[in-house]
Amino acid sequence: MLATLRWVIQRDTTLAWRGRAGVLSTLFFFVIVVSLFPLGVGPEMNVLRMIAPGVVWVAALLASMLSLDRMFAHDYLDGSLEQLMLTPQPLSLVVMGKIIAHWLATGAPLALIAPLLGVQFDLPPRALLVLVASLLLGTPALSLIGAIGAALTLGLRGGGVLVSLLVLPLCIPVLIFGAGAVEASISGASAEPHLSLLGAVLLLALLFAPWATAAALRISLE
Amino acid sequence: MTRRSINWFKYTSPASFYPLAGKLIPWFAVATALLLAAGLFIGFFVAPTDFQQGDAYRIIYIHVPAAWMAMFLYLLMALYAGLGLAFNARLWSMMASAIASTGALFAFLSLWTGALWGKPMWGTWWVWDARLTSTLILFFLYLGFLSLQAMIEDPRRADRAGALLALVGAVNVPIIYFSVQWWNTLHQGASLRLGKSPSIAPVMLAALLIMIAACWMYSITVTLMRVRCIILERERNAPWVGELLREAK
Repeated sequence: MLATLRWVIQRDTTLAWRGRAGVLSTLFFFVIVVSLFPLGVGPEMNVLRMIAPGVVWVAALLASMLSLDRMFAHDYLDGSLEQLMLTPQPLSLVVMGKIIAHWLATGAPLALIAPLLGVQFDLPPRALLVLVASLLLGTPALSLIGAIGAALTLGLRGGGVLVSLLVLPLCIPVLIFGAGAVEASISGASAEPHLSLLGAVLLLALLFAPWATAAALRISLE
Repeated sequence: MTRRSINWFKYTSPASFYPLAGKLIPWFAVATALLLAAGLFIGFFVAPTDFQQGDAYRIIYIHVPAAWMAMFLYLLMALYAGLGLAFNARLWSMMASAIASTGALFAFLSLWTGALWGKPMWGTWWVWDARLTSTLILFFLYLGFLSLQAMIEDPRRADRAGALLALVGAVNVPIIYFSVQWWNTLHQGASLRLGKSPSIAPVMLAALLIMIAACWMYSITVTLMRVRCIILERERNAPWVGELLREAK
C-alpha cells in the first residue's frame, strides 16, 4: 500500500517538475496578488500590517483554487486516470498520493515564499513564523477539500470557475483559523488555539476528503 | 393482517408519484393560504408593538421562518440527495433538486429581511456578524449546488455529483457555523430555544409559529410542483408521459 502511495507521489511530482512553468505561474500569481494590495489600499504601514494576514491567506486560497484543475484534468484527458482507477489498490489511496503531490507542487512553495511577502507588509518576525506554520497546516487542507471539487467538475465545460464556486465556501474555516493565527500573534496573543483548530480541520479533511474524492471520481468517470 | 400495510415503495417510482403529488398539491396550497393569512393577521394586528424595537420588529414573522427554512431545507436536501445516491433512486434525487431552489430563495429572503431589520435596529444594512455571515455562506452553498447541477448535462451524473456536494456541505455546515461564530458575534441571542422558556410574548410566539408552519406548507407545495415538472422533463420519453399528454389534449 505504501509502495503505491510512494509511486503515485513520485509520478505526479516528476510530472509537475517537468512542467515547472505551471507550478511557477501559480506561485507568481500568489506573489502578484499580494503585491497588488498595497497599491490598491495605499502605502500606510499601519493599515497594511493590519490587513496582511487576511490578504496573504486569501491570495493563498485563490492560488490553490487556480491550480486545482491540474490535479486530475491532464490525467483525465490522456486516459491515464482511468488506468489508475483500474489498479487493485484502493482508489482513495491513489487519490491521496495525487493530493500530496499537488500540495508539494503548490501549497508548500506558497508557504515557503510567504515570509518574503510578510516582510513587504512589515510583519514582526514572530508573526512571520506563525504565518509559515499556519500556511503549512492550512494549505494541505485546501488541497484536500479542493480535490473533491476538482473531481466533481472533471471534464465539464467551464469547470475552472465552477470549482472555485463549489470549494471556496467550504474553505472558509481554514481561512478564518489561518488568518486568525497570524492576527493573534501580531496583537501579542497566543496563536496556539488557532493553529490547533487548523490542525483539527486538517485531520478531519485527511480522514474524509480522499474517500469523498474517490467517490466523486467514480461518479464523474462512469 | 399483512393486507393492511401499504406498499410505500410504490411511490418511489416517478410514474406513480406524479399523480400522487398532483393530488396532494391543492391540500398543501390551501393550508399555506390559510396559515399565511392567520399568521399575517396575528402578526400585524393582534400582536402588540415591541417595547424596544417598535413596529419594525414585525419583520421577524418572515425573517425567522425564512432563516429556519433555509437551514432545514439544506439538511432535507442533503438527506434526499444522500438517499438518492445510496439507493440509486431517481425520485429522491429529483426531490433534492426541487428543494434546492426553494432553499436558496429562503436563504436570500432571510438575508434581505435581515438587512431591512438591521437598518433601523443597528443603523446599518449589513454587519459581519456570525449568523449573517453563516447564512450568506449557506446561500453560497445553495448556489454551488444549483450551478453544479446546471452545468452537468447528463442528469444521472448531475444527481450524483450534486448529492456528493450536498453531503460534503452538510458535514461542513456545523464546522463553518462554529468557526464563524468564534470569528465574530454581534447578533442578538436566539429568541426561540428548545428546553428553555421563550423570551417573547405568547401572542408573538403564536404568530411566529404559525408563520413557520405556513413556510413549511409553502415549501412542500412548491417542491411538489417543481418535482412534477422535473419528472415530466426527465421522463419525457417514457410511455406513461406520452399517454398523459394525449389525455390532456
